Order: sequence, then structure tokens, then C-alpha cells
Amino acid sequence: MSDQFIYPTPNSYLEAEMKISMDIELNDIPGQLVRALKPVSDLGGNILSVLHQRDKKTPSGRVPVQLVFELEEGRLEKLVEKLKSEGMQVVRIGKERMKDSMVVILIGHIVHSDIRDTIDRIDSTGFAEVMGLSLSMPGVDKKSSASLVLSAIGKSELKDALGILESTAREKGIMVISPI
Amino acid sequence: METDDRTVRLTIVGFGHVGGGVAEVVMRKHHAIKERYGLDLRIVGIADIKGVVTNERGLSESEITKFRLGDESVMAEGISTRDMIKELDHELMVEATPTNVIDGEPGLTHIITALESDRHVVTSNKGPLALQYRRLMELAGRRGKMLRFEATVGGAMPLISLIRNNLAGNGIISIKGILNGTCNYILTRMAEENLPYEHVLREAQEIGIAESDPTKDVEGIDTAVKLVILANTVFDMDATYRDVKVRGITDITPDALKLAHDAGYTIKLIGEVDTTGRLEVAPRLVPIRDPLDVSGTLNVATIKTDLAGDITVIGKGAGPIEAASAILSDIIGIYDTGQSQTKHLQ
Repeated sequence: MSDQFIYPTPNSYLEAEMKISMDIELNDIPGQLVRALKPVSDLGGNILSVLHQRDKKTPSGRVPVQLVFELEEGRLEKLVEKLKSEGMQVVRIGKERMKDSMVVILIGHIVHSDIRDTIDRIDSTGFAEVMGLSLSMPGVDKKSSASLVLSAIGKSELKDALGILESTAREKGIMVISPI
Repeated sequence: METDDRTVRLTIVGFGHVGGGVAEVVMRKHHAIKERYGLDLRIVGIADIKGVVTNERGLSESEITKFRLGDESVMAEGISTRDMIKELDHELMVEATPTNVIDGEPGLTHIITALESDRHVVTSNKGPLALQYRRLMELAGRRGKMLRFEATVGGAMPLISLIRNNLAGNGIISIKGILNGTCNYILTRMAEENLPYEHVLREAQEIGIAESDPTKDVEGIDTAVKLVILANTVFDMDATYRDVKVRGITDITPDALKLAHDAGYTIKLIGEVDTTGRLEVAPRLVPIRDPLDVSGTLNVATIKTDLAGDITVIGKGAGPIEAASAILSDIIGIYDTGQSQTKHLQ
């Protein structure tokens, strides 16, 4: 399709926070959990859940802990170093980036109403981003159509992202068609 | 079969396609209805802009035909529509004048007059219900009369009675669907043929699917009015047409349909009402092969229930005989209180 092209995915999400799940093992002595959590908040992370399983010790007598937190991607390495230097073992790191996504269709003067700004408003939330965009422009002055993939770290965040897109679009006179 | 036939005298107010369709099916099914339900349906009066025709013993087919053709020899002189509703002895009025969403007239006055004169009312007119639902239901309740309106939503698709009768006991969580055949036809053709909106609209007008002034359909007004009726009857809201957030289909482009298709969707004009108070008509993405993905002029609705799960009904939404079918089932429903629910006419 000659009049359709794919916009490059914007890279502003590189600075955005990502959702990370991490399994670590602590020595079974008092105060270890606090020492494991402190570096996360020191690095600006946001702890979402902590699963501390004292009754499920590993064969070597350590206590497994599963953490889920949001952190800027660039700081992950620093966090791991810090935890290791505290004597903890990092067993597994799962990066859970955007888990939920949806397609929406836009109709209107999409490019002329600053598509970059529209995308930035989603991406700047940190919890959602525009993962892809196909644009179809029939000609100057005519309304163009686009399909856009919105992704977010969870279902409610995805709903919030759609809300942001809808209010941005309303401002710019663009129609948003969302899935049932 | 049954000996104690009950005579039900009907009047029809508004004798366009729908009113004419009602007269036709009442005549055509007269014998079968008498056999099955013991109901002797007689049309004793018809009124519309042309005038009024009455016959206390029941109008003959030739009288009805003459009235339709505007033959003045059958017209009752000096009797207005309201006079007929008030003075002529009858049990049930069928109100089939066109919908007016501004003030609901003249249907609103007809319905109020009929209820105040102790007539049951069956209507296909959406305006009065979308504007004054509670007032009309309260009036009917005070008078001990029935006000039925299956034909207002989804034509022959048995939506309201399905929820009221067959899904009794279920909590209804949401209803969403395509409630306007004209919009569905236009979007279907645009998607299939990659044609612009204006072109397909003209085509729909040429074959009689869209009206010469298509505003009510394509701007989503008709869908919104039907949604309000569902909101009031099923969700017990006291909503009017003005409470609905409405967007129509006039801005939809073939490119948008193509992009939607590439992503596994099609675009449909969807009306949605739910327990949270959502009341919205908008073009939405419907997954291809979803139960709501029906084509042409078909209507469809998915009812989300707490016990029975999702139930989807598909049917012809428009057309005089389809509307007449819904009206006839309302008429029978008023007199047939359950014992012959499984009976069907041949």
C-alpha cells in the first residue's frame, strides 16, 4: 500500500519506568528484607508487591523473596550490584514491560494536529506507550486515518491510557474508535 | 378449538408502512390467532393525516383499502384522531405515527389520550418513550392498562420480551449492539467495497435503505433513542434521549475500515448501556467474527447477564412487516398471560 507507512516507534520509553519482577534469596537473619527493599526505593523505584516466604527455605537455608517493582530501566544494573554487595543472591530477573495492549483507530487531521505530541502524551505516563502506528493519508486537506497500538503495564493502566488519548483527540478534533 | 373467543377491538393511529403492515398481518393471521389464542382481533378504526375511518363491527378489507387510497367515501366526517381514540369503543390502540425526538408529538398525545380513555397501547413510536418513559408507564400503571413497545427496538428482534420473560431472574449487566440497519448497511458496504461514505449513502438512498434525509440514522440519533428505551425498561433508568453520548458514522473513512481490518476488526455503530450508567452510541471496533459482527441491514444485540452469560440476538431490524410482527406479538402478549407461550402461528 503506497500511501501507508509505518511510523518508527518513538524511543522516549527508554527513560520510562518498567515493571520488573525479581526473585532474590536472603540470609535468614533479622533485618534482611528491609535491606533488600531499601536500594529499590533509593534508586527511585516503586515497590508493587513483596512475597516473603520464610517457611519455604532453600536447601542452603536461605529465604526466597519475590519482588515486583517499577524502576527506570537504566538503573536495573545498579540495583543488582547493590543487592549483591549486601550479600543477597539475585536468582531471576523478569522484565515485564507492557503486558496489555489494544488497537484503536483514529480519523481526522492526525499529522497536522501534531502526532508526535499525541504519542508523547501517552508515552510520558510511564505506564503506557504507543507501540505502533499505521497511517493512511488520502491527500492534503483530507482526513487521514490511523491505527495505533496502545500498550500498558496492566488493564487499568491501559484504560487510563485510552482516556488520555480520547481527551487529547477531543482537543484536536480527532475521532477515536476503540474496541468493544 | 376454544369456544369462548374474546373480541379485541383495535384502532390503528398512523397508517404509513408500519400501520398498514399491522392491518395486513391482523387480517392475514386473523383465523390463526382465533384458533390458537381465542382472540378475535377486529380493527374498528384507523386514523392518520388523511382522516378517520371507523366501523364498530370491524373494518372490511375493502374499507381499509379505500382508506389507504384516500377515498373520501369511507372517511368519517367531523371526527378527529383524538375523538376516535376517546369516543370509539375499543380495547387497544396501536400507535404507529413517525418518531419525533424533539417533543414526541403527535404520538405522545395519542398515547396519553388512549391510556386516559382506558385503552391498552402498543406502539412502534420511539419518541414518546425516549422522552417521557416514566410518565407514560406511571399513567398506564394508574389506569391498570398495558403499554407495550417491542417494535421500537430492533424491529422483529425480540429483545425486550426476551429479557423480560425468558431471562427473568437474571441480572442484566450490559447490552450492546447494532440497532440501526441503515448504518450497518453503509458500514458493511464501505468495508466490502472500499468505497467512500457519500457514495454508499447515495446507493442506500437509491435502494430505499436510507431516507432522503438520513440524519436520524447516520448521526446515531435513532440508535440513541432505542438505547434510551432499553436503559429505561431494562436498567430502570429515568433517561431521555438527551442523556446519551452520541457519535454517528459520517466521518468513517474506507481507510479506517481497511486499517481496522488489517488489525482483525471491523467498525460498527454500537449502542451500549450498562449498570454503571454508561449510555453511549459510537463507532467501535468489533473483532471480525465476533457475534456482533453481522452484515447488511441486520441488527444484533449481546445481552450480558449474571447467570446465563452472554446471549446474542440477531434479526431484521427494519421493515413494515417486521415491525408489524413485533406489534402483533405485543398485542397477543397483553391478552395471552403465559398459558400459550410455546404456541406459534403457522
